Amino acid sequence: MSLDPVVVAVVVGMAAVTYATKAGGLWVLGRVEVPERVETGLELLPGAIIVSIVGPELVDAGPPEWGAGAVVVAVMWRTGNVLLSLLGGVGAVLLLRTVT
Amino acid sequence: MTADAADSPRSPAASEGSAVRFSAEGVRDGFVECVPVAFGVAGYGIVFGMLARRAGLRVAEAALMSATVLAGAAQLLAIELWETPLPVVAVIGTTLVVNLRYVLMGAALRPWFEGLSPAKAYGSVFFIADENWALTMGELTSGSRQGAYLLGSGLAVWAAWVLATVVGAVAGGLIGDPARYGLDFVLTAVFLAIAVGLWEGRSTLLPWLTALVVAVLSARYLPGRWYILLGGVAGCLVGVARVGE
Repeated sequence: MSLDPVVVAVVVGMAAVTYATKAGGLWVLGRVEVPERVETGLELLPGAIIVSIVGPELVDAGPPEWGAGAVVVAVMWRTGNVLLSLLGGVGAVLLLRTVT
Repeated sequence: MTADAADSPRSPAASEGSAVRFSAEGVRDGFVECVPVAFGVAGYGIVFGMLARRAGLRVAEAALMSATVLAGAAQLLAIELWETPLPVVAVIGTTLVVNLRYVLMGAALRPWFEGLSPAKAYGSVFFIADENWALTMGELTSGSRQGAYLLGSGLAVWAAWVLATVVGAVAGGLIGDPARYGLDFVLTAVFLAIAVGLWEGRSTLLPWLTALVVAVLSARYLPGRWYILLGGVAGCLVGVARVGE
């Protein structure tokens, strides 16, 4: 199996920054008091970023994707099961694309 | 860790760290108790592998990413950004930003891990993933002294994640036109499901609305993928500004 050197370099870079966040908390934050604002900010970041990815994508999509997106949110809300939500969403998008 | 330290019963919270053990038994307990969780992670890993293959990664490259990065949301984001030529700065920068929450998770382990040798502590934190970190925190805060629990549970998650990535990537390579199976919608669906999991009630509403509006506007008027970071940071700042109100 061959590996593209650029891809490997990017993956190594991703691994390095990820490890830095995991080890950095243990290293730095144990020594200083974390301000509440910083803690809130760090907790909010992943959600805000995910909304920023999906938002523009859905705005540019059409009714099948909007409907399927609603199905994903509803199933996830009720069951908390990611795989079930995905199956529901993909099923819905296929169905809605055939009727619209 | 010495045996006496491990055996001292109910040491006060202040000396919690000094009482932590790091044993094969801890690794085994963590691994076994994390197996059901690892099955869930594997389902997710199969999806990641398929999407990675679709985005143009080879099977070995996807496996390498899962084995060395071990961060689900960040890896899915990287796949979302993946195109030719590779936007190197955007991929690594987004990985860093979305993983900043691990800083808090690592910090939470400190009361127990500061009693371990640096090699054990800093080796173990590589295996932090959302699922097994939560299990480990539950174990440690309930009074267990198993410092190796994170390593054990992490190995279960890591093995499931890497194997599932390979399975998904191989399967993804066998599938023809993704739109025919609705697979082009899967990544969007994954992100929506993750977002629901991250929803924390009304305090999340304003930051997310801000992120949405800023992202949609900057996607329209700015080149590239800057809208992701701009929206994320804007939403985050709105939430921070409300702290203490």
